[in-house]
Amino acid sequence: MNADSSPLLEISGLTKSYSGVTVLDGVSFEVGRGEILGLIGENGAGKSTLIKCINGVTAPDRGTLRFDGRPYAPSIRNALKKGLVTIPQEFNLADTLTVRENIFLGRELKRHGFLDSAAMREETRRLLEELRCDLTPDQKVSELSIARKQLVEIARALSRDCRLLIMDEPTTVLNPPEVRNLFRIMRAMRDRGISLIYVSHKLEEVREICDAVVILRDGKFIERTPASEISVREMAERMVGRELKGIFPPKNPLGPNAPEVLKVEGLSQAQTLHDISFTLRRGEILGLAGLGGSGRTELAETLYGIRRKTAGSIRIAGEEVNPDSPGKAVRAGIAYLSEDRQKAGTIQSFGLAENISLISLRKYCSRGFIRTAAETEAAERYRERFRIKANSLRAPVRELSGGNQQKGALAKSLDGAPRIFIFDEPTRGIDINSRGEIYHFIHQLAADGMACLVISSDLEEILGLCSRTAVMREGTIAGFLEGDRLTEKEIMYLATGVKGAEK
Amino acid sequence: MNEPKLTPPQTGIWKKYLNDARPFLALALLLAVCMLSNESFRSVQNLLNITRQVACTGIAALGMTLVIIAGGIDLSVGSLLALSGVSALMVMGRIADPRLAVAAAMLVSLGAGIAGGVLNGLLVTAGKVPPFIATLGTLSIFRSLALYLANAGTLSSSNEFFRETGSCTPLGIPLATICFLVLAAGFAVLLNRTAFGRHVCAVGANPRAARYAAIGVGKVQFMTYVLAGLSAGIAAFLFSSRLNAISSTDAGLSYELDAIAGAVIGGTAMNGGRGSIAGTVAGVFILGIISNALDMWGTSANLQGLVKGLIIIVAVLIQRQNND
Repeated sequence: MNADSSPLLEISGLTKSYSGVTVLDGVSFEVGRGEILGLIGENGAGKSTLIKCINGVTAPDRGTLRFDGRPYAPSIRNALKKGLVTIPQEFNLADTLTVRENIFLGRELKRHGFLDSAAMREETRRLLEELRCDLTPDQKVSELSIARKQLVEIARALSRDCRLLIMDEPTTVLNPPEVRNLFRIMRAMRDRGISLIYVSHKLEEVREICDAVVILRDGKFIERTPASEISVREMAERMVGRELKGIFPPKNPLGPNAPEVLKVEGLSQAQTLHDISFTLRRGEILGLAGLGGSGRTELAETLYGIRRKTAGSIRIAGEEVNPDSPGKAVRAGIAYLSEDRQKAGTIQSFGLAENISLISLRKYCSRGFIRTAAETEAAERYRERFRIKANSLRAPVRELSGGNQQKGALAKSLDGAPRIFIFDEPTRGIDINSRGEIYHFIHQLAADGMACLVISSDLEEILGLCSRTAVMREGTIAGFLEGDRLTEKEIMYLATGVKGAEK
Repeated sequence: MNEPKLTPPQTGIWKKYLNDARPFLALALLLAVCMLSNESFRSVQNLLNITRQVACTGIAALGMTLVIIAGGIDLSVGSLLALSGVSALMVMGRIADPRLAVAAAMLVSLGAGIAGGVLNGLLVTAGKVPPFIATLGTLSIFRSLALYLANAGTLSSSNEFFRETGSCTPLGIPLATICFLVLAAGFAVLLNRTAFGRHVCAVGANPRAARYAAIGVGKVQFMTYVLAGLSAGIAAFLFSSRLNAISSTDAGLSYELDAIAGAVIGGTAMNGGRGSIAGTVAGVFILGIISNALDMWGTSANLQGLVKGLIIIVAVLIQRQNND
């Protein structure tokens, strides 16, 4: 810790709401100088909004910030001027430019009015050496791995005389050696007096790297505590609070005679999937865990016909199918709820009714014409069944909350009358009430005989919903877990490759 | 985390009605002003003339509306009109029986239009050429073929039955006007009441979500280009039959601009996903009335383009403001 004990950033009474939903509720805490501060909380706890309020992307409704002892009015410009840099989950790099061009983007060094490439190259090389990585200034960013892109982001932050670096889920996309390298760099930055806010779901890592931890829950500040004085278990408990315990309905035991609905054997897809085999039974909820980039979404997309398999077989109820388009997959009885609700799950400018009938529109047509009354009636049924809060069935769904949009997307997929339902991150970024409801619906569907595959990065969700889980790593299934062995720890072991494949 | 948008619910549906009504309010206002201020404007003959004058660009604008809603653009409609007309007159010249010749001309006209649309559609969907570039290319190709076939001149027909067909006025209404309105009704039903129309909107609004919803995105886009080509073919038949001739240099020149302008003024979103046929009809009439009124007021023909251009820009500015 730095000798100066006054805090670098003081946050007091930060409040922010969207459409009447309070996302941040009077949050106050401090970030010390030369401190790595972990910021943890469930999805929807308000972490992202808090960060956006600090770096000026969004304006808080109430509350004040002080930076370096002086009042600080956050704006994107002001934040960068003061050395407050954020590395978002999705990097802000221009892919077609080189490492050097990216680092100096928007503040290029000039000499006599022209770009001074030599000086920028030299400075870039110095920064990269400091990070001890083998990048060169003139490499194209598009050719770099995700871990290296992250290093470019860090180099850019350093070149801006960064005093507070905010990193949002930096390790989700990294493998263990890359994580170790990142931590080394983070510690070196701290030792130079830079403060870091580290947002992560990986509690073990938070405990390892952070000096202190701030816990948010439902938009409220819960506590700030030295990392050495709190266990991973305690962190999880305080993040989740007591009320979440009841969010998962009790698991339905699967009958021993439940027939196999989906049988995948030796499935490969170009570079993304290798030799995947698993079965899914009627009424089963099978989890699919793994790190980002491990191939979970690619597997779902291959089953749904978005990607074409290059080897292996897919059988549905014993019959071999070859879904090479979503249309074929739907006819074969597969539904896919995309992880990207806004870009792939719904058409934002369409009303709820038009979204719900999108897959099954033929059902509502007679002699080629859409029967609007039948369409409205079906939408109305789904609105009641899924308790979708929407004033109008025809107003654009972009005006609905994330949870209600997701329920609409769910209704849409369900209206295609599937036998197999693939949920990809079904509750990402969704408020806690809608989450509980969606879990409940998944259970109900399974109880009615739907074969469900749930892809999730939220281990709590996997453990709460599924009685059996496949864990993916690098495009293969690293192992299956069930019963006593289905724990957060075992999943992470398999996902990170600490433990080898056991089937 | 995906935060819900700031817009409170319930405003949406009213805002939508207001947006949809805007081109019609503008048309009504324009019509009222012109009728009150100019006696010769409000004569029945002049009003019918306006409908005839806008009919050909209007028909092209119908196909254009579908293409734009599906997220594309078709710059080639004017050239395709010329090529279809030239092809039709060439075939007609070889057939002695006048009625048979007109029937053949109609088939060739529509056929050439469809063929041009198929080419555009294949370039955009199978060839993955950006629509602007693909149809800029075919704009040049179709015009060049028309010039070559007609030796850069005007093809005239001596078939009086052809002229009679083109200038007939059932119930006192020009044939072109009737065709335009009937086609407009057909396109409106297609867009609003059929699965294809819904898919056109879905593909334009969000091609990825449409694909995930098992919609054949390429097929839908392809069909919009075919329909745009067909529109150009129909317009070519009406255009050449009324004049009993077609000029390979002038026919359909800058029709694509008027068609796009009509669609945009009518509220069709240039980046796709939203639009209406009724709006396009209103947009086409707004353009037609303005150029007619400017004539009546004795405004220099050279300045008409300026007024038209301003109106298009204002229409887009209003649209943009609404979307933000």
